[in-house]
Amino acid sequence: MDHFPTNWGRPKYDGFDTNATYPFHDHGHNQSAAFAGATQHTQQPIVTGTSVLAIKYKDGIMMAADNLASYGSLARFKGVQRLHPIGDYTVVGASGDMSDFQYLQHVLDGLVISEEINAQDGHTLGPAEIHEYLSQVMYSRRSKMNPLWNSLLVGGVKDGQRFLAYVDLLGVTYFASTLATGYGAYIAQPLLRKAVEGRENTLTEPEARGILEEALRVLFYRDARSINQYQIATITANGVDISGSLKLETAWGFAEGIRGYGSQTQ
Amino acid sequence: MTSIGTGYDLSASTYSPDGRIFQVEYANKAVDNSGTAIGLRVKDGVVLAVEKLVHSKLLVPGANRRIQTVDRHIGLASSGLLADGRHLANRARDEAANFRDNYREPAPLKALADRLGLYVQAYTLYSSVRPFGCSAILGSIDKDGPSIYVIEPSGVFYGYHGAAVGKGRQLAKTELEKLKLSELTTREAVFEAARIIHLVHDDAKEKEFELEMSWIGDETNGRHVPVPQDLFEEADRKAKEALENFE
Repeated sequence: MDHFPTNWGRPKYDGFDTNATYPFHDHGHNQSAAFAGATQHTQQPIVTGTSVLAIKYKDGIMMAADNLASYGSLARFKGVQRLHPIGDYTVVGASGDMSDFQYLQHVLDGLVISEEINAQDGHTLGPAEIHEYLSQVMYSRRSKMNPLWNSLLVGGVKDGQRFLAYVDLLGVTYFASTLATGYGAYIAQPLLRKAVEGRENTLTEPEARGILEEALRVLFYRDARSINQYQIATITANGVDISGSLKLETAWGFAEGIRGYGSQTQ
Repeated sequence: MTSIGTGYDLSASTYSPDGRIFQVEYANKAVDNSGTAIGLRVKDGVVLAVEKLVHSKLLVPGANRRIQTVDRHIGLASSGLLADGRHLANRARDEAANFRDNYREPAPLKALADRLGLYVQAYTLYSSVRPFGCSAILGSIDKDGPSIYVIEPSGVFYGYHGAAVGKGRQLAKTELEKLKLSELTTREAVFEAARIIHLVHDDAKEKEFELEMSWIGDETNGRHVPVPQDLFEEADRKAKEALENFE
């Protein structure tokens, strides 16, 4: 019998380490070395942002995201802006890995400089071009087995045309009058559809803002990776406006009655 | 000492006995024969202006621009061989983009001028290439505030309060010296720049010219952009009026 637990290898169910072998560096010899001679690509996101929401309304596009970047389940960074303006007509909102998003911001800023600022040929990049470019970047990276771990919403207004689209780490794209990424795709998207579909051309700005705020509130109650601080971007014919950090009003009185939440023991 | 026929002017990689490189001096001649370019560094911004000589009436107005944008916050006005100026601007764009990639912030103009100076100087070292036939005025607002630099064909670069290169540089420099550059606003500097370009243009010798102006200031959010049409026309008109009163 081998009396050294670290040589026993991983337990059958490796979600739980029954032998508590984890802190030891010598894990025994039936482990494969993770970095043995191979190039490692991104296999999971590290610092992540949760849902981004966006809708079409009368004057253009409205997009919202909270200010949290999580480190696993830890609420690590609470003042992160996840809505980024590109050029004069477009906003990109990101969920997923925040470092990949920062890289994308850099790539897109460089694109605008070379295509708009330097060329000065009168042609400018609108949301449709930004989205197409992003989708090509995302797809080529996933084809290299090295994806940029994001779900992105691209919204904007150019030449009187509203534009709202999605692209993710696989290079998948789609268009709709309401979009949501991450947990919001399950929780908020049905709410947004009910509130917006068929009313895209009549919803006023305060109404649109109310719809997004309500969806954010529901997400804050339900999504454990969300926070009650958020920003809203409006993109209209007048250009891009991204609000400062706003606070969600929430009520927790109902929680008293929930078993296991308050002071009751049984 | 004359350079003709001595053989010391055949290559940029050979000194003359008294220590000059004639090919570099000839490159300066290419600049001196070209339309004037000026740059003004004022209180809160930078103005670039160029006297673009139009060699044919058949040219489309606005063709062959001599002021180019290198990065959001950097402009380049060139004097001398236009093609060399465009090549230098392209190099400047690469340098500015590389700086952004490496340091994730906009390039300070000093760093860019330094890199471009090295690049231009390299063309004075080899017999296989000729020196740049252009001088470039670089203007920017960066983290250190507004600044302009001039890069010469030899590769040297200096920072200036006001700079002038090309045919009318002497007159332009005396006009620039009369101004209180550190007290002017960028908007006021646009009018002065237009006036100086009109003043130095010699319509006895030269035919038509087009005025080209760009600026960087608080009004442009620190971006290098052409002077807006209405302001341009006002400055152009006032410059012509001032010239008539002057004469």
